Amino acid sequence: MIWDNQSETMKRDDITTLQAERLGNLLSRLYKRVPFYRERMEKNGIRPEHVRHMSDLKDLPFTTKEELRTVYPFGMLASDKDDIVEIHTSSGTTGIPVVDAYTAGDINIWGEVMARCLTMAGATRADIIQNAYGYGLFTGGMGVHYGARKIGAMVIPISGGNTKRQLAIMRDFKPTILTCTPSYSLYMAEAGREEDMDFSKVGLKAGVFGAEPWSDSMRKDIQRKLHLKAFDIYGLTEIIGPGVANECSKHEGLHVFEDHFYPEIIDPKTGKVLPDGEKGELVITTLTKEGTPLLRYRTRDITWLNHEPCSCGRTHVRMHRLLGRTDDMLIIRGVNVFPSQIEEVLLKIEEVEPHYQLVVERRDQLDELEVQVEMNENMFSDEIKNLENMEKQISAQLYGILNIHARVKLVEPRTISRSEGKAKRIIDKRPR
Amino acid sequence: MMIKQLSIFLENKKGRLAQVTSTLAKNKINIRALSLADSADFGVLRLIVNDPDRGATSLKKAGMVVQVTDVIAVEISDKPGGLSRVLHLFDRGAINVEYMYAFVEKIKDKAVVIFKIEQPASAIKILKKEGMPLVRSSVLKGL
Repeated sequence: MIWDNQSETMKRDDITTLQAERLGNLLSRLYKRVPFYRERMEKNGIRPEHVRHMSDLKDLPFTTKEELRTVYPFGMLASDKDDIVEIHTSSGTTGIPVVDAYTAGDINIWGEVMARCLTMAGATRADIIQNAYGYGLFTGGMGVHYGARKIGAMVIPISGGNTKRQLAIMRDFKPTILTCTPSYSLYMAEAGREEDMDFSKVGLKAGVFGAEPWSDSMRKDIQRKLHLKAFDIYGLTEIIGPGVANECSKHEGLHVFEDHFYPEIIDPKTGKVLPDGEKGELVITTLTKEGTPLLRYRTRDITWLNHEPCSCGRTHVRMHRLLGRTDDMLIIRGVNVFPSQIEEVLLKIEEVEPHYQLVVERRDQLDELEVQVEMNENMFSDEIKNLENMEKQISAQLYGILNIHARVKLVEPRTISRSEGKAKRIIDKRPR
Repeated sequence: MMIKQLSIFLENKKGRLAQVTSTLAKNKINIRALSLADSADFGVLRLIVNDPDRGATSLKKAGMVVQVTDVIAVEISDKPGGLSRVLHLFDRGAINVEYMYAFVEKIKDKAVVIFKIEQPASAIKILKKEGMPLVRSSVLKGL
């Protein structure tokens, strides 16, 4: 099923024409209404009318998260404040939050792109969606909500957290679609197992999981434990929230809704645009956004693009599931390490569950990586030698992938903090 | 002829053992014997309790990783050479002991030793043939 057949299956040439037209409109609006962008354009000698083709985009300046912070809270507005009907912000855990302000038109488009996402996961008006993304300033809850309303599905706006209640609602209302972060879905599976809950009886058919990078093995784990098909969704507060891209039923990448969001991949060091298939930082230009449109926003997310047509019939470019974040990347003894690589290794060992934390320390001028892995009943043995072998086995497999020695430490269950939203994976104790 | 032992995973951290014993105390479960094996980071606590099923459930509820393992409990006479006799029997029968620890027995002048055996069935056969009494789980319940 395709929600918006006309937009989602548009011919490549038509997409490019539409994008160029929308980019032109965007630039003149930014020039007219946002001093931040006008100054930058003037400094670089760019006039909006000079930009005619999508290939001209590469000469325009990037926008970074730090820059958005300098104009907090309303400095990026491209519409009258009276026309703004809703705002969302990032959590602000790493500094001043960034603000996304929506006009009524933006909210409408948000609902449309979210309806595309949910339809990819099989949602129709007959479905019941347990929406366990947080409602509030976080975009997850409201984004799914607007998409579900477009489709006419029944939404259970339970928001995040309160796991016992999530499970009770699941038992009583029998939702067919679950939406939350992937780590929270596993947390629910675990809590349900302790209550002897049989997830095969719930009747979930799909889950739409996002807001943090996750691996293919984690997908298998979630699918097995919750008895559903897991779909990856991508988005970020700065751009619109969830609904920038979503996996179709082929599960070979996430279609980026490029009639609204224009993606580029750049080398994070040089800023040079990279071709299809090459890994780099994802940069997005919002083509239709009215409230707080952004030009070449650096997402810090690492992925690659694939413009080949997809067998699902959609023509929109696909991005690979997130490989990590430029700021999540750990450099340990000169080696780039992404938490997702470690997760892949852990999930390949049958008994191990993906509850882990990475602790990096510097001892005698040398970086040391400790991988803490939570013990569970399936991997537990009452003989010390078996447990020590387990540590050695994990360490050897990590070496095979990362090429650095990691110390593996088995820890008691539930000792690694799981926020009920995003899991905290990295503790970097090295002096800065 | 086997009795149930509880094995609990513990990190080498302050207060972990106390949490196990207080959980058992709260549930009125009596510890009959224990042994603690450890490495640099973690330990495995092995317990013989009067009600292993309830013991395991209450510890799991407290969030611990617990495994129920079958072990053999052998009554031996509490005098020099008592343990040596059993071990020689195992040796001759090519029986491998994975670990063992002693049991506090109040009733008579007997000691009880807990064995985790690689080949439990053959071990039981040998012990029976030699007339060595094995402690049954029903006996533990009453203690």
